[in-house]
Amino acid sequence: MKTIINNLRMTLSELKPGKLALVQHIETSTETNGLVNRLEGIGIIPNKPIMVLRQAWFGGPLHVRVGSTTEIAIRHQEAKTIHLQPIEV
Amino acid sequence: MNCHQSETAVNGVKPRKRVALLGMPNAGKSTLFNRITGASAFVGNWPGITVDLLQANVNVNGEAIEFVDLPGIYDLNGFSEDEKVVQQFLNKFAVNFIIIVLNATQIDRQIRLALQIKALGFPAIILLNMADEAKHYGVQIEVDELSQRLAMPTFLMSAKYGKGYGRAYQEIVRQLTTEKPSFQIKNLNEQLLENGSILPLEIEAILAGIVVMPSNFARTFTAKFDSILLHPIFGLPLFFLGMFLVFQLVWNVGLPSMDLMSYITTWIQNFILEPILKVFPLLIQNFVINGIWNGLATVASFVPLIVLFFIVMAISEDSGYLSRAAYLMDALMGSLGLDGRSFVLQMMGFGCNVSALMGTRIMRSKALRLLTMLTITFSLCSARLQVFIFIIAATFPNQNGATVLFSLYILSFIAALGAAFILKGQFPNQEPFVLELPPYRFPTLKQVIMRGWGEVMHFIKRASGFIVFGCVAVWFLTNLPLGATGLNTFGGQLGQFLSPIMQPIGIDPYLTLSLVFGFIAKEVVVGALPVIYGMNADNLTQYITDTVTWTQAYSFCIFCLLYTPCLTTLATLFNESKSWKYAAFSVVFSAVFAWVISFIFYQGSLLLSL
Repeated sequence: MKTIINNLRMTLSELKPGKLALVQHIETSTETNGLVNRLEGIGIIPNKPIMVLRQAWFGGPLHVRVGSTTEIAIRHQEAKTIHLQPIEV
Repeated sequence: MNCHQSETAVNGVKPRKRVALLGMPNAGKSTLFNRITGASAFVGNWPGITVDLLQANVNVNGEAIEFVDLPGIYDLNGFSEDEKVVQQFLNKFAVNFIIIVLNATQIDRQIRLALQIKALGFPAIILLNMADEAKHYGVQIEVDELSQRLAMPTFLMSAKYGKGYGRAYQEIVRQLTTEKPSFQIKNLNEQLLENGSILPLEIEAILAGIVVMPSNFARTFTAKFDSILLHPIFGLPLFFLGMFLVFQLVWNVGLPSMDLMSYITTWIQNFILEPILKVFPLLIQNFVINGIWNGLATVASFVPLIVLFFIVMAISEDSGYLSRAAYLMDALMGSLGLDGRSFVLQMMGFGCNVSALMGTRIMRSKALRLLTMLTITFSLCSARLQVFIFIIAATFPNQNGATVLFSLYILSFIAALGAAFILKGQFPNQEPFVLELPPYRFPTLKQVIMRGWGEVMHFIKRASGFIVFGCVAVWFLTNLPLGATGLNTFGGQLGQFLSPIMQPIGIDPYLTLSLVFGFIAKEVVVGALPVIYGMNADNLTQYITDTVTWTQAYSFCIFCLLYTPCLTTLATLFNESKSWKYAAFSVVFSAVFAWVISFIFYQGSLLLSL
């Protein structure tokens, strides 16, 4: 049973490891135009479940699972452009 | 990943029909391409396309068909070099149909590429690859229903193990035997703007009810492995430990294999070559034995070692661990204006700098590409490995060889980081870092053997070109003018001419001469030494042991590691950057860098009277 916790908005950069969230939208700006394409290609589209598996040392990238079978490394800077809606399982 | 590929094969008749393979990175597209085309692939030049593409002419039902392997891309709308190449290709060249290769495990997102192709109106078939992995993950797909919804023939298969390939290939044949005019899109960019965006709802609609994905919390084999290998504290030490073990293996297995090879080449020299040559004048005998054979035989003795090395490289690349290394190293690389992918490419440069340089095409920012390419030229490639093993084996006679070799790999890495640190201000970039981490995979025995075989063929090609040329040139320089010996020959004079530069870093005129010719290819350094000294490898090793100190040898290794990359690397630097200034800068920068580091080491060691 998935319940959406309302009134809570965060970015991927703030999501705690092991917690699931749904992608809400990706922030767009003129510089990040190409980035949005890449993120969509990798499966980060609205309503997609997303989870942080772990974080590298020294502020390094996040290890993120997109859906259930795609895993990526992404820096905090890029993760900040991905807005999420946390859910409880 | 063969390096130094440049020729364009012309296979008689120009095929009338063309099929393009398109897919996302890590979808197994190359494995499928190899399965379809066998060993007949070659690198082709396409007018208006900025990079060479892998292609093959395959006989299908008595007709030659052209198969083209397009670079792996995430999005037809994308902006990276690879994505632009695919856009240029589809815009310029007609195709009979496209084979869309998707990773079945990730159908939930990869289907997007198929929908883009469909929206543009291309005739296409879909091969859902990696059926084995999808099954393992618990991904279920109703293929027939999906095929109907997409109105495209769709097949589930495994290119790696061949399961389901027969049916897919039958469909490819069927498509080719029906007479249809080839498809040429009109103004791709306009069409992409109009139809290229795929809404999330479209993806949901096409997959609804026919695709079951596993739980988001699934604890896979990969997840268990990652919790150790990507551990925040142990991850990096484990990586370096793994690297050290690899070089132990190369050293301990590779060196005995060299003895075996030199036993074989000595036998050929004594029982075949010399009896035949007896009828010729002494000068000819000298030329063939010392000018060509000794050099070639010395380089050939490294073949088993290089094959072993590339097998280890193939396993680490195919296993998925290298992208984990990018994750582990990104924080450090980021602070130097690079990113985790730069590190992976430096590692791939341990095999061959050329293919690693071409690998930078995945980067979107030109500045990041140029900076990464400069650092790759410091990667200790397999050709340099041969030089170092030869020199280290002669000058570090105790058991420290593998450790000394490992220290050169560490130096190679530190030099790359140092160069980035010095130059990062010149190449500022804002490239985002988003990298896929594929699951751990085991390469099949066939893949590994194919790779090893490819390297042997590659070596023979280089040996018959560059290396013979280098050895012959060195022979002439060290034997002319006639009657002169040692430092009085042209080669000796060239070495002496450079000695004001090379003396302070402990490199004598003879070794200098080998480095001059190492500019052609680093194997030539190894090949040139027997030619310069007029000895076979065994005698030469003893001679170097007696005449070169370990500090001189190590200084020689440092210089050889860091100075100007080989001719092919230089040509690739120019091709990829399209800038003579950049290529020239790389030559000068690396030569100065090499000299300074060697100078610090050698003079430092003299001061400390090591």
